[in-house]
Amino acid sequence: MKIRSGIKTKVTGLLKKLALPLAISLAANPLAQADEVNSTGLAVTEDTVKVGILHSVTGTMAISETGSVQAEKLAIEQINAMGGVLGRKIEYVQEDGASDWPTFAEKSKKLLVNDKVAAVFGCWTSASRKAVLPVFEQYNGMLYYPTFYEGLEQSPNVIYTGQEATQQILAGIDWVVKNKGAKKFFLLGSDYIWPRTSNKIARKHIQKLGLKVVGEEYYPLGHTQFNSVINKIKLKKPDVIYAIVVGGSNVAFYKQLKAAGIDMTKEKPLVLTISVTEDEILGIGGENIEGAYAAMKYFQSIENQNNESFVSAFKKRWGDDIVIGDVTQAAYLGPWLWKAAVEKAGSFDIDKVRAASPGIELTTAPEGYVRIHENHHLWSKTRIGHAQADGQYDIVYETKELMEPNPFPKGYQ
Amino acid sequence: MFAEYSASELTAIFAMQGFAGLILFSVLVLMALGLAIIFGQMGVINMAHGEFMILGAYITYLTSNVFAEYLPSLFVGYFFVAMILAFGVTFLLGMAVEWGLIRFLYKRPLDTLLATWGLSLILQQLYRTIFGAREVGVSLPDWMMGSYALTDIIEVPINGIFVMILTLVIALGVYWLMYKSGWGRQVRAVVQNRPMASAVGINTEKVDRVTFGLGCGIAGIAGSAFTMIGSTGPTSGQLYIVDTFLVVVFGGAQSLLGTIASAFSISQAQSTMEFFLSGSMAKVLTLLFVVGILMLRPQGLFAMKIRH
Repeated sequence: MKIRSGIKTKVTGLLKKLALPLAISLAANPLAQADEVNSTGLAVTEDTVKVGILHSVTGTMAISETGSVQAEKLAIEQINAMGGVLGRKIEYVQEDGASDWPTFAEKSKKLLVNDKVAAVFGCWTSASRKAVLPVFEQYNGMLYYPTFYEGLEQSPNVIYTGQEATQQILAGIDWVVKNKGAKKFFLLGSDYIWPRTSNKIARKHIQKLGLKVVGEEYYPLGHTQFNSVINKIKLKKPDVIYAIVVGGSNVAFYKQLKAAGIDMTKEKPLVLTISVTEDEILGIGGENIEGAYAAMKYFQSIENQNNESFVSAFKKRWGDDIVIGDVTQAAYLGPWLWKAAVEKAGSFDIDKVRAASPGIELTTAPEGYVRIHENHHLWSKTRIGHAQADGQYDIVYETKELMEPNPFPKGYQ
Repeated sequence: MFAEYSASELTAIFAMQGFAGLILFSVLVLMALGLAIIFGQMGVINMAHGEFMILGAYITYLTSNVFAEYLPSLFVGYFFVAMILAFGVTFLLGMAVEWGLIRFLYKRPLDTLLATWGLSLILQQLYRTIFGAREVGVSLPDWMMGSYALTDIIEVPINGIFVMILTLVIALGVYWLMYKSGWGRQVRAVVQNRPMASAVGINTEKVDRVTFGLGCGIAGIAGSAFTMIGSTGPTSGQLYIVDTFLVVVFGGAQSLLGTIASAFSISQAQSTMEFFLSGSMAKVLTLLFVVGILMLRPQGLFAMKIRH
């Protein structure tokens, strides 16, 4: 008996010893005190909040995603300089998706589960977004996705800061029909979901207007020989070449188009694209795409106060010769939209931020004014840019009203 | 499907299509010649071939910048200087790679695949660090862009003619080197029987090094020429590697003539089908056609008879 009680005292003593520091650590844990702004255990302390940046900085997609990373960092630094979000400085954890979709999924899980970030700004291709989507839905994270994309998606865990397909396509086609008298279209794209879905919408819209699609062609990603299709275009004599070619193929396509004697400045045929931003022109060379038109929501040359300060801040931070394309600007909106939603909700909780998001407006956006729609996409204007030899676009048109995002367009599927 | 076109339009289109096929042919030959030398003659599977091409492209980019900055009056001719520089630099890098990496792996040809693949990743990251992740735009002198109008409809791209002439010159050069020069005789001797060649006093190590360097140098010239038609970025080399191996393997790895015949049949098949079908479908059919022939003739179109 004596021995037993001895053991008992020892055990209780041990428990007491253990319990005391545990209680202290609980009391000292800032997470517990931050309860009212963070009830789900996110990485929020008295004066910091952690977010994630998830883009490819290595691999093929690094070409495109670099601008987004730069924009997101700039926005975070600017927000911190203004005092942060709910009095907390933003700290970012950057992960590399390495242009590999399973890696994106793995890294997003790491960000949500290990780092417990309050929001993630990231992804670029639709494939990477589709790969991380189940992770964000399972662990209830919030993703701010910057790229213009094909639509047909609406997740409670994603805010889409780029345009979905109809916003980009309808305004562009209406414009060439009305202002350039276009009647015959040749649709051309790289062979994957975004160009195919976009061309499907374009085709429906062209047919609705009673006009003609004289050809529709797809080439594998990375294709570098476009002479055959250019011959086909010459034979079909369209008024508009509607081009959604991406990546390295873009460079090959425009160089060969020019070499084949199609002078885009003469607009016979006219080239209208939704896949060439100022970033891509760097690779193509301004002189090779001069005269083409692009339909998207942002061009670096937009003239307004917001954009002037954005462009100068961006150049100051990342260098003078840098150019800013549509997606870069959309990526820049992410942290600002998140900040506004957190402040409206008064909390970092994902559910509260989600509930607060629809209706959030940003009057300081470089593109002018945007507002989050119920469907998590942005109301935004669409603009037509005219490519110049110096690699910039002259804006020749902008929609009067904000275009309503419509990721599931009826009659276009 | 031709009912809606006039006879003159059709003739013009067939002429242009034929020309497109010839351009594609030249492009494939130019891509594949360097690899055919390295893979065919040395048995080294050089996965970094595309990266050597892109090195040539970056050198062209640098040369164009230097000329635009310091010698704007000579800009019209910078491309020739750039090609020579591209050859020189990739030739030297090729020799260095042979010395530092490849020569330890001659007895393990499959390991060269892994080693050169690793090398390609290192080079890609190097380009990304030095030139940035974005593609760079190589500006060309005006005379090289645009087209020459033969008739109202038939227009011949000037850069296409340029690539064709360049391919012809390089193919003839390689032919002369391999089959007419003393050095070529040494290379062929080493390929056929290394110990014997060594026994008669050929410095096989030196032959290997120069052969590898030459293959890389030709890749560099190809890369330089492709700035006219394609993109220049850290990973652009990957766009060419599949087609390059396709041409070399299909032609029969050890035969330079095979490489040319293979490039010709692939380019003609592809450009004809691209015209009648869609681009992706043409690619699928071309690959099927190649796979089918390789099943019947695993050694490729032309096989060299050598005693093992």
